Amino acid sequence: MPDNAISTETIIQIERVSKWFGDFQVLQDIDLTVRHGERVVVCGPSGSGKSTLIRCINRLEEHQSGRIVVDGNELDYNTKHIHKVRCEVGMVFQQFNLFPHLTVLENCTLGPMRVRGLTKKEAKSQAMEYLERVRIPEQAHKHPSALSGGQQQRVAIARSLCMEPRIMLFDEPTSALDPEMIKEVLDVMIDLAETGMTMICVTHEMGFARTVAHQMVFMDEGRIVENAAPEQFFSNPKNERTKLFLSQILSH
Amino acid sequence: MPNSVPKLIVRKTRWWNSKWFDVLQLFVFMVGLVWVTFNGANQMGYNWQWYRIPQYFYEIIDGDFYFGPLIEGLFVTMEITAYSIFITLMVGLTTAMLRMSNSLSGRLLAWLYLEIVRNTPLLVQMFVFYFVLGPIVNLDRFWVGVLCISLFEGSFASEIIRAGILSVVKGQWEASYSVGLAQTDTYRYVVLPQAVPLMLPPLTGVIINLIKHSAIVSVIAVFDLTTQALDLIAETFMSFEIWLTVAGIYLVMTITLSVLVSFLERWVRQRS
Ligand SMILES: Nc1ncnc2c1ncn2[C@@H]1O[C@H](COP(=O)(O)OP(=O)(O)O)[C@@H](O)[C@H]1O
Ligand SMILES: [Mg+2]
Repeated sequence: MPDNAISTETIIQIERVSKWFGDFQVLQDIDLTVRHGERVVVCGPSGSGKSTLIRCINRLEEHQSGRIVVDGNELDYNTKHIHKVRCEVGMVFQQFNLFPHLTVLENCTLGPMRVRGLTKKEAKSQAMEYLERVRIPEQAHKHPSALSGGQQQRVAIARSLCMEPRIMLFDEPTSALDPEMIKEVLDVMIDLAETGMTMICVTHEMGFARTVAHQMVFMDEGRIVENAAPEQFFSNPKNERTKLFLSQILSH
Repeated sequence: MPNSVPKLIVRKTRWWNSKWFDVLQLFVFMVGLVWVTFNGANQMGYNWQWYRIPQYFYEIIDGDFYFGPLIEGLFVTMEITAYSIFITLMVGLTTAMLRMSNSLSGRLLAWLYLEIVRNTPLLVQMFVFYFVLGPIVNLDRFWVGVLCISLFEGSFASEIIRAGILSVVKGQWEASYSVGLAQTDTYRYVVLPQAVPLMLPPLTGVIINLIKHSAIVSVIAVFDLTTQALDLIAETFMSFEIWLTVAGIYLVMTITLSVLVSFLERWVRQRS
């Protein structure tokens, strides 16, 4: 699959980005370019800054030096830019973060109605389309707490898609799931990849990575230590830490 | 039963553990209390005139119906309460948001307000409002009373609202921002609907305090229930009957409110 067309147009440009939490440097001179339609998988040991990096892309975290440009909008202190970027970038969290007081359908219509100005009717029919795409239209009128983890995560994906984003970010979307539910979420993500969506996924599901990734990124201690095409990344990693990490994770 | 505390299991129900004995104890206590009061009053030669009280609720003169001073006072108290509840909640919400905002001057302002209101007596605040602020901004005494009480209770409401908002986990804010909702929409559609059910019980306490504290407007001669009572006593010298009646009226108001809110809570819980 990785060879379906990526354009040459850059959609995310990250240049020399650094970030500190107090004295602790979480991100050190990160450079990363993502092209339109490209799928990037980010992996690395826990605490290496993967979440922080992708959260900088929609400004859930603020970087302190360097530049991040998303689809022509630079993330700076202009709140209009931030808003524009958030409308174009969807995000799926490890803990799902569905709105517990709303039904599945309402979770999916809130953004489109308040931000994109759809009417209730338009938003509903669009939400049903996406709920069908993630294969749970029959749960539309339930509250999230009535759903299994895998179902909740698929709703979270549908909720993001309802904003019709150009880019999707996934932060360990299957790490909080029971093993038997991982596949249903990965399948939905593979479907999404086939539509040509630009995706950045933080995940340790290496089978998934092999299937969808155009670009593999390995992070350690706040740096990108290896950035390669998947064939090379898996068969012939250059960095010692990447080798160690892969041998640990693939032995499971 | 999420509402009740786990109870020690009593294996054998003895007669002194029964519900009826419990009620009987309360009854005996109340009778004793009433007896002590009336006995004491009789010994000091107090002349009870309960039959004169109903006319202070209402009178019918020449076939026309008139509210008496106690009911008129009650209406004023209710009016003060209604405006104050609204303003208290607005002040509380604004202060809570200022305290949590990124703006340094906003946080400073909220801190200053809370420290001043909490560390000075309500009575003194009322006088400051009446004698200093009232003339400066040309407020009449009714609104001086409403504002003063609202600012006082607002300081307590703000703490409750802040705690409620902070109890909504960070992931909810992040999810809301990531679908593009602005901060105000995030509050309105995501955070407050989850926080308000938690705030309701303690906010009811604030509103009950507000009703009780509203009696203090009598010091600036707003004709509320307490002021009417003071005037009636000055005229009739029936201090026992009138104070007991007025306490009863306040009690009915606060208990009614508690009951209404418990229905509201049940409704909110059922909806979610
Ligand atoms: N809000 C925060 N405040 C302070 N330290 C943080 C914060 N968020 C993350 N960190 C620290 O930054 C490092 C990187 O975190 P994270 O990006 O979550 O790593 P990963 O997703 O790769 O596990 C960790 O050491 C973590 O403890
Ligand atoms: Mg992480």
